[in-house]
Amino acid sequence: MTEDAALPDWLTGHGRKRSRDWTPGDSRRQSAIAGTLLGLSRLVRDSVFSEKIASRPGLLQNLDPRIKLVGMLSLLVTVSLLRNWYLILPLYGFTLVMAAASRISLKLYIRRVWLFVPIFTAIIVFPSLFNVVRPGDPLWVIRDFGHQVTLGPWSLGTSLAITYQGVKGAVLLILRVVTSVSLGVLLALTTRWADLLKSLRVFHIPRVFVLILSMTYRYIFLLLAMAEDIFTARTSRMVGPSSPREDRRFIASSMGTLLGKSHAFSDEVYGAMVSRGYNGEPVISHSFRTRPADWFWLASVTLAIAIIIGGDRLLG
Amino acid sequence: MADTTADTGAGAPVFRVDSVSYRYRETVALAGVSLTIGAGERVALLGANGSGKSTLLKMLDGLIFPDQGHIRALGHELSAEALKDDGFSRMFRQQVGFVFQNSDAQLFSPSVREEIAFGPLHLGLSLEEVGRRVDDTLHIMGLEQLADRPPYNLSGGEKKKVALASVLAISPDVFLFDEPTAGLDPKTVSFLERMVLQLSDAGKTVVTATQDLELARVIAERVLVLGEDHRLAGEGPPDEVLTDRELLLSSNLIHDHSHRHDERGLEHIHPHSHLTDHGHQHG
Repeated sequence: MTEDAALPDWLTGHGRKRSRDWTPGDSRRQSAIAGTLLGLSRLVRDSVFSEKIASRPGLLQNLDPRIKLVGMLSLLVTVSLLRNWYLILPLYGFTLVMAAASRISLKLYIRRVWLFVPIFTAIIVFPSLFNVVRPGDPLWVIRDFGHQVTLGPWSLGTSLAITYQGVKGAVLLILRVVTSVSLGVLLALTTRWADLLKSLRVFHIPRVFVLILSMTYRYIFLLLAMAEDIFTARTSRMVGPSSPREDRRFIASSMGTLLGKSHAFSDEVYGAMVSRGYNGEPVISHSFRTRPADWFWLASVTLAIAIIIGGDRLLG
Repeated sequence: MADTTADTGAGAPVFRVDSVSYRYRETVALAGVSLTIGAGERVALLGANGSGKSTLLKMLDGLIFPDQGHIRALGHELSAEALKDDGFSRMFRQQVGFVFQNSDAQLFSPSVREEIAFGPLHLGLSLEEVGRRVDDTLHIMGLEQLADRPPYNLSGGEKKKVALASVLAISPDVFLFDEPTAGLDPKTVSFLERMVLQLSDAGKTVVTATQDLELARVIAERVLVLGEDHRLAGEGPPDEVLTDRELLLSSNLIHDHSHRHDERGLEHIHPHSHLTDHGHQHG
């Protein structure tokens, strides 16, 4: 504001009557998008950043992070090697048992994992169920054309059917994804972030890779906090409800602003870390020490893997 | 490799800034600034918004580097190249602590305790020593009750205290504060002022960037003024600089209506609201 500039009338309210009337029950509900965003932000803050589950005592929390990392990675590799879907099932069951023994709510855990499966896997495997994409023995004929159908150079066969091989492949893929995600979520939930990064360095994962992981973690937090601020600021200036369409438009237009802002801010965060001696090498406030229980757990996991892989090879 | 040729004797300057310029893309932030800060000095860096105070502080902390000119810190050339040397970098980070204006940028650990441990751990102190420092720091800052809380859930004043604690635990000889009192309640402000004076009594060098004339008067023994043209506009003891109307006006730190409170010997100028009338009674 320039020196001695007078406030305009519309701002001072002089010569204007202001309505202070309002109808009870007129209050608007928070928009669905804002609600989702704020909910997500709070969830991530409270569950991921505060490391609540990781600081609770439990089976996996008590393990040495290095041993846990090796065990989990071996299980992950095993899941991707298995060729029989019914052998992945016991491994999935094993993750549930470990989750329960680590005092993780099974309802929350199962929901968290299965939430992503339809989105990321089911859509991908859906076409491969049909004989049009993957020829095989029909399991369920949806429509019999009675004659050879061709689409340009492609022959689509005489019927549209879901095949036995298609279903088998889809079940195998979905089970692999579910079990792998379950193992990943289990590792992330029960290990403090700094311990996990430190364990990666113990296994000589390059420092730059660990640095990127570490910054990504901080960055998600900043991004969420900023998105929350932008929404709150918008809500405070809005009169009347906004339609979902307006909400979507707002999200699209504010995404760029959000990225720009959080980028500038993340420079500051990095500066603050460097200023206190950070050089990309994670350091933790305690030293790792393995106990007999760690080795016992790793031996059990190795034995389970050996039996399952042996079974898989025997069954062909 | 860091240059180790000069400025290492007793009483040598902590920082020697020589004709430093810096720009953010098209925007000039600093234009040929030269200054020296001696060991154990309490310096306020005064300037209006956008005058380049924060940029200069970041430079003194080796987070950004001049486009032109040189900085020597603790007797060594301070450059990106020099800080690539692990030994120099560790020594420099241990000796120079920076309290950021935005506490949120500085707080990223899951708990206050870990936040305070971050610096000492990364500077390679033993776990025992880190634990001792964290406990002591929590105690002197009155943060024991908050030790296991996540820093992002704290109030603005508490966050600032944790940010300061996280730097204190490193035990640097030089403290750089960027707008330490902005947005804080009076009680926290006076806590920070006392802390700065205590640090100074302990022989620490304290450089505070601020636009708060009152804060500069309380905590500084020398004031440097950055002008709107991003150059050093003046410097001197607070009672000289803070009463130099012309200097403060030209640096946009006060406006025409600001006036001096000298009725009770309080020699300073402060800005003052004139929306209602021009009665200047200050009981």
